[in-house]
Amino acid sequence: MLEHIELFFKSIFIDNMVFAVFLGMCSYLAVSKKVATAVGLGAAVIFVLAVTVPLNWLLDQYLLRDGALAWLGPEYADYNLSFLSFILFIATIATMVQLVEIVVEKFSPALYNSLGIFLPLIAVNCAILGGSLFMQARDIPTLGLALNYGISSGIGWFLAILAIAAIREKIRYSNVPAPLRGLGITFIITGLMGIGFQSFGGMLTGDNDPPEGTETTTAEKTEEKELIEKEMEEDGKSVSYNDIIKE
Amino acid sequence: MALLSKKDANLILDPLADNNPITIQVLGICSALAITAELKASVVMAISVLFVMGVGNVVISLLRNVIPSKIRIIAQLIVVATLVIVVDQMLKAFQYELSKTLSVFVGLIITNCIIMGRFEAFALGNGVWRSFLDGIGNALGYGIILIIVGFFRELLGSGTLFGFQVLGDPIAKTGLYATGYENNGFMIIPPAALIVVGIIIWVQRSRNKALIEEA
Repeated sequence: MLEHIELFFKSIFIDNMVFAVFLGMCSYLAVSKKVATAVGLGAAVIFVLAVTVPLNWLLDQYLLRDGALAWLGPEYADYNLSFLSFILFIATIATMVQLVEIVVEKFSPALYNSLGIFLPLIAVNCAILGGSLFMQARDIPTLGLALNYGISSGIGWFLAILAIAAIREKIRYSNVPAPLRGLGITFIITGLMGIGFQSFGGMLTGDNDPPEGTETTTAEKTEEKELIEKEMEEDGKSVSYNDIIKE
Repeated sequence: MALLSKKDANLILDPLADNNPITIQVLGICSALAITAELKASVVMAISVLFVMGVGNVVISLLRNVIPSKIRIIAQLIVVATLVIVVDQMLKAFQYELSKTLSVFVGLIITNCIIMGRFEAFALGNGVWRSFLDGIGNALGYGIILIIVGFFRELLGSGTLFGFQVLGDPIAKTGLYATGYENNGFMIIPPAALIVVGIIIWVQRSRNKALIEEA
């Protein structure tokens, strides 16, 4: 249970799709002019991520990874098809998006009308493919956690686009320098929001030493921490990781 | 340019500045930001995209009369995914360290909106040679921004370029560091990339007033 809660908060705040890894930026910038449309797209992203990440987890577990074909018989245990993951993941996503579109149109025309135009866009939203690829890269251990990861990173993306849409609605009344209007100021605001979100980095670990029982999941964080500290040492600075993320 | 007519040359030159895929068309931002903390990663990413776009545009242009329009998105995705797998395997074979740095972002070239955008907007309606030029031009325009961002982030953030210490040794306090200069650790964190791109857009639009958006 604890690991579910941890993954949930980690994916929403610390590894936020938009602010930490810049996924789905294209639609994030293009569809964030109004709050209402941003909400529609955000909801569609949560939905599609919740469907595709567990599905791709199953594919990865039983088809792609090293030795995954062992269930077919011992002679298949040596196959490693992971080089096929890109093509299989994107095919799954494109198919699922099409399927979701058909199902939603059939059973909930109201929802279809609000999501309708965004659904086809989502197939090429990098946040969706990124969700599956990160799921694979981070070795998410169970199907339940994969579902959790899909939903929570979707919520993180939803929050980001909602926030920027609200800010952009307000900023229309401000006197932004002409060359920065529109795209430029959106970039800079997103950057500032990203810096804000960096401060969530200390949320799960609290102080420098992680609480017991979370070591496996924070291993990655520690790795990143060591990497940054190493980089900083090379720069001749003795700044600790926590200082950087607080900046 | 004897090789290219003026119209064809514009296909390559336009995306470099006034129709830049990143700063004007707003395509392919995701990968542009995440991997630009080092110049080397930016250059490799730019070359990968150049390859995928050049070849992809040609393939799509060849297939444009065969692909039924209803399933064209899936067909395009399959073409890109195949090319990206080639790039990914090459990187893993020859530049293993770097492929670890780029991690999932090589895979994300598939959903890089520049590629799908140019397929949709150009390769589906134009001949092979022109599609090829369009692909190369847009990939170069993308690459230029990537390299500019990577250059400033690595120079100001770590004081290095391609891993070489160009500003002197920060520990021994030689070169620029002797005068009290410090690296800006802020530049290596991800959000700095957004701000650098924002400034590039600012500079570009100040120079060319026609690009300014209506409020």
